[in-house]
Amino acid sequence: MIDRIASGFHPFVLPFLAGMFFVFGYCIYGILKILLQLPREDRLQFYKSLITPETAVKNVKDIFLNCLLHVKLWKRNPMLGFMHSSIAFGWFMLIVLGHVEVILFVPERIKFFYYPIFFNYFVAEADSTVKGSVLFFLMDFFLLVVLVGIALAVIKRFRSLIFGMRRTTRPSFLDLIGQYALWAIFPLRWLAEGFTAHISGGSFMTIPLNWMARQFLGNEFNMLPTWWAYSIALGVFMFVLPFTRYMHIPAEMLLIPMRNAGLRIRHARRGFARAEIFSCPSCGVCIDACPMSVKKANLKDCTVYLNRHIRRGHEKRVDEISDKCLLCGKCQAVCQVGVEGPTLRMAQRATRRYSIEQDYSGIDTRPLADAARGSKVLYFAGCMTQLTPRIPRAVESVLKKAGVNYVWMDRDGGLCCGRPMLTAGKIGEAKQLIRKNEQIISESRAHTLILSCPICYKIFREHYSLPGVRVIHHSQYFDELVRLGKLSPVKGSGSVVWHDPCELGRGSGIYEAPRDLLGRCAELREAGHNHAESICCGGSLGSLTLGFAQREAMTRNALDDLVKDAPDAIATGCPLCMSTFGRYADRPVKDIAEILDESC
Amino acid sequence: MMEFGFRLSPSSTIDLDRADLSLYRKIERLEPDMKTCMACGSCSATCTAGQYSGMSMRKVILGLQRGTDVSGMLSCCMLCGKCTMVCPRGINTRHLILSICRTYEKK
Repeated sequence: MIDRIASGFHPFVLPFLAGMFFVFGYCIYGILKILLQLPREDRLQFYKSLITPETAVKNVKDIFLNCLLHVKLWKRNPMLGFMHSSIAFGWFMLIVLGHVEVILFVPERIKFFYYPIFFNYFVAEADSTVKGSVLFFLMDFFLLVVLVGIALAVIKRFRSLIFGMRRTTRPSFLDLIGQYALWAIFPLRWLAEGFTAHISGGSFMTIPLNWMARQFLGNEFNMLPTWWAYSIALGVFMFVLPFTRYMHIPAEMLLIPMRNAGLRIRHARRGFARAEIFSCPSCGVCIDACPMSVKKANLKDCTVYLNRHIRRGHEKRVDEISDKCLLCGKCQAVCQVGVEGPTLRMAQRATRRYSIEQDYSGIDTRPLADAARGSKVLYFAGCMTQLTPRIPRAVESVLKKAGVNYVWMDRDGGLCCGRPMLTAGKIGEAKQLIRKNEQIISESRAHTLILSCPICYKIFREHYSLPGVRVIHHSQYFDELVRLGKLSPVKGSGSVVWHDPCELGRGSGIYEAPRDLLGRCAELREAGHNHAESICCGGSLGSLTLGFAQREAMTRNALDDLVKDAPDAIATGCPLCMSTFGRYADRPVKDIAEILDESC
Repeated sequence: MMEFGFRLSPSSTIDLDRADLSLYRKIERLEPDMKTCMACGSCSATCTAGQYSGMSMRKVILGLQRGTDVSGMLSCCMLCGKCTMVCPRGINTRHLILSICRTYEKK
């Protein structure tokens, strides 16, 4: 392999070079901006994690598996996984092998950035070696891999249903330019390398193309225009990259180490949040997942559009989208990049300023603390459970049957757990309520706190500091009682489906205890979407702006999915889900405590 | 002055011509739902904060309509959402509360 052009330069590389310098410059600027926006302690934590061997290894592994091989996407949707990994990994291998070629054959040229990309133009094949043909074979092989990926991408753009996606995002103008440039890059590369293959050599993809081109076109004048076109396509792609969804390629490589360092969203737009917003690939998986998308009016209110509007600075839409969301967390559960849609929205809500601030200092907790004394086991029903007296009645009955000595601390009313305030972005107010409840519970000297409401359960687990107190949802507690033999339910003849409430399932990771318990009381059926994929009932307190009328379609859609397997009854562990489903269901909706109470 | 052991009650007349209804007008535009309230009091009956502070959504709406100060009641709301759940008119009371808290101008 010898150099064909003495200077090692041709003006056609300029569009590529300009694009590359631009995109590198932009990424360095973006990284510095994000790092400087991080709070000082977060920044130090991030730097420390980069030099800690375990996290450093994890970073490399995660970037390789997720950014190149798209392992998570493979698990979710093999077709999409194949498409993305063939483009990403194939392209990566083309770049790596390009460098290998330069190092092996013309090592003095490695100082030119463009050489590995346009290698075939600049060299001529002096003699064919095994090493050379293996490399050329690999280059052609990975080019084929990328071309297959691109072909799938083109099909997906026009027939997304083949890939199992009902709805995809509507691309913006620049997205389209970036996309067409990306589609053009690899066919052009194939053409360009094909036209040069009789000089530089090639393999199973390029040599036949060369032969055909020479048969039909017959001259070499086509060579240079195709290399120009290839370089221009690369240049265009890199110039528009920072302003399109393709920004997720560099952004995710920053997001993964930041997440591995344990950083959290502390500001609606800055630092870690910014890294997440730019890592969104606009794939639109969250559109089909969003429970609100059953209504066409809500299609543009899912996380992918939140990210897009934040990037473009459309403040009004950002506010609307943030307030509408049910915070069910399904978009986060299905997101391949792990964009925390609900947390971003809560951070956005926290930026509001209110003229009336809530203040609970006037509330005397002594009577509440007195009511909570007297037992090691406390039962806290919570606000929503107070509205559904069936639940506490059943819980009490079960506790009595099991011979548990307990105290119902909010029998005559208690304070709110603070989660509604937290989700509305009023963090200070939520903290006041948390402190008050902490005080009441720690004064009671109880060691177990049973909760009936997953909304309370989530905040008690995550934000309360109750040393020595075990916080547990009633479904888990009853499951334990059954295992300990204190309760012996008799399996009835009916069948029942378990609805995973958002805050209990996705929010707190409790999936198996309630299923185990229900399986002992009745025949357990599964919903169409269950576990982390469960569909929100639509009643969530997370949404600030959705009214009853707008929620009905969501509830009906979730109900249809729940009764796919024709169960006799619907069971859940959340008072809010229960009353929401109860409004429209055609069969009984019961709390898990009621079902257990009936069968023992 | 002679002490009779009782006093005349202060007048509870509401003079709507003199009342400052600017806040009500603003909220009315933001939350048209509010006008459908029929003052049934379900919200007040279920209110978590009501027990400790006298918060009552019914009274807040009444206060807005009469131009009286409602900030004291709202400053005790816990946003638990029970009022929204029980409202027979389907008013999104939580958002109404947040809107009042945002729009309110301190006097």
